[in-house]
Amino acid sequence: MSATALPQISTRRRLTDKVMRGSLLAGTLIALIPLILIIYYLIHKGLSAWAMSGFFTTDPTGSFFGSPGGIRSAILGSLEIVALATLISIPIGIGVALYLTEFGKDSWFANTVRYFVDVMTGVPSIMFGLFIYIVLVIGRFGGSGFAAWKGAVAISLLMLPIVIRSAEVVLLLVPSSLREAALALGAPRWRVVFKVVLPTSASGLVTGSLLAIARGMGETAPLLFTVSTAFALTFSLNQQMNTMPFLIYTDITSPRAAIQTIAWGTALTLVAIVLILNLLARFVASRSRMA
Amino acid sequence: MEASATTVTGGRSVLERSPIGRLPDRVLKWGLSALAALILILIVYFFIRLIGQSGHVFSTYGLNFVFGNNWDVQANIYHGGALLFGTIVTSVIALILGVPVAVAGAIYINELCPRRLRNPLTILVDLLAAVPSVVYGLWGVFVLAPRLLPAEKWFASTFSFIPWIGGGIPQLYNYFIAGLILAIMILPIVSAISREVIATVPSEHKEAALALGATRWEMIRMAVLPYSRPGITGGAMLGMGRAVGETIAVVLVIGSAPKIGTHLFAQGYTLAAVIANEFGEATGIHTSALFAAGLVLFVLTLIVNMIARWFITRGSHGTRGTGATGMTIASGPANEK
Repeated sequence: MSATALPQISTRRRLTDKVMRGSLLAGTLIALIPLILIIYYLIHKGLSAWAMSGFFTTDPTGSFFGSPGGIRSAILGSLEIVALATLISIPIGIGVALYLTEFGKDSWFANTVRYFVDVMTGVPSIMFGLFIYIVLVIGRFGGSGFAAWKGAVAISLLMLPIVIRSAEVVLLLVPSSLREAALALGAPRWRVVFKVVLPTSASGLVTGSLLAIARGMGETAPLLFTVSTAFALTFSLNQQMNTMPFLIYTDITSPRAAIQTIAWGTALTLVAIVLILNLLARFVASRSRMA
Repeated sequence: MEASATTVTGGRSVLERSPIGRLPDRVLKWGLSALAALILILIVYFFIRLIGQSGHVFSTYGLNFVFGNNWDVQANIYHGGALLFGTIVTSVIALILGVPVAVAGAIYINELCPRRLRNPLTILVDLLAAVPSVVYGLWGVFVLAPRLLPAEKWFASTFSFIPWIGGGIPQLYNYFIAGLILAIMILPIVSAISREVIATVPSEHKEAALALGATRWEMIRMAVLPYSRPGITGGAMLGMGRAVGETIAVVLVIGSAPKIGTHLFAQGYTLAAVIANEFGEATGIHTSALFAAGLVLFVLTLIVNMIARWFITRGSHGTRGTGATGMTIASGPANEK
């Protein structure tokens, strides 16, 4: 058989193809520019703050003159608040996800819950702050107005839908043959949940939780209405507390260059922690991927 | 079946658990159901409390609170039209600037880029989602706004004939800068949803287009884009939902002027920004007005997200909405597998 030559693609079509492919590539590169710029400035300006003496070991002084101090109380405050938020949101979140996959399934109630979780996902973070303000802060619940634990509750509300959604996806991946095998051997449902479903999906649950924690760590808006801020280091969860996002937020508006530098240093610290959490999540996810 | 062999005292089959043995199962089931119900109760309770706190404002101002243009703290008058205007304008700017870039990136990563580059590029775009919003604000205040001001001035005077876009004198902080920051912030979510939707285009469609002699771009235009259009639209709406509610990055670069800006580079305000900014010193009806602004914002995000979800479920071609897309919606693109 003799090969029949295909007609050449017209110059115009070939040109359009080239131009459009080029602009798609250009779009991709444009998308990367902000990331590169942000990371460049964070490192460029943040490292000079890190180099200041006592940056990680002293608290901010809050005084306009003299040494601006370090950011110790902000780092520890953020960790305390997010730790408490994690303690609240992870068990509840995984519990709701277990309900959805193991008991609720496709019932109307489960679907309503799913819908509301979706709604929660779309609610701006500032609204969770307002909610806690209305419910807990106005009435000075627990004896004080602004308090670290109230901020933790607000952050946990924000983390909840993330935990629930990611946990539900992971729990659905557990093969039902495993559940059926355990049930057929006579195991009660609660043993199936705790001995089969949860261990099988553990790494996926950890991944989702780490991402939720990373998200909670960087949120500022809910803290405005619930924790406010402080300079001194405190471990009392019933007081106002310093946090990294809030410190950046207040330092930005300062006219003093040294304090602006502190803001960059804090931002670099915060981004570093969030990125480490993200990478950790990716690592856990890649370590054991369920088939 | 010999009943005598399979029953123990009390007429219960040996295969049946004792009432006490059944208890943990019941506790687990009802405990978890109660947790799930807690979510519903929380949201409904929040909504009721929010309406309760802001009802006073709506009975005083009526619809003027939403659409009237006079937010004057000194005179104690709260007509928040300028806030709604600023919120919508900045989100629309974010969509115009962000969506084409995000979709182009998604198409390139899925259809054109060499396989080896696919994963690194995805991770890089997703990293934008990991940057906290206050850091975007910091960068916007000290880098973006001052650096772009000369360019904005040139643009405004060169294109002064276009209504609303040019003509005015650009301020350091303005609608455009806020919209640009928002565009960067919604990039990862729009890109992630678009990537997911584009990945679901059946390869038969693409191969058929190529077999008929289409070039790569023609294949993308005729096979990929029509199939994934509803999903991409949904992703863009979801990005808009994020942009509408974003607070901290916007409050730093919007200029905090509660009036309807006369041009693109004028100072403005958004619903979320006014709440964050004026909250500290608000008392009396001012506080209620801020709660009411919160209610308007809440309803606005609900509407935008509902439209987004409608598009995404329509675009997911029969697959259940709780799949990977649901996960991306919830936890952001960094979670994509």
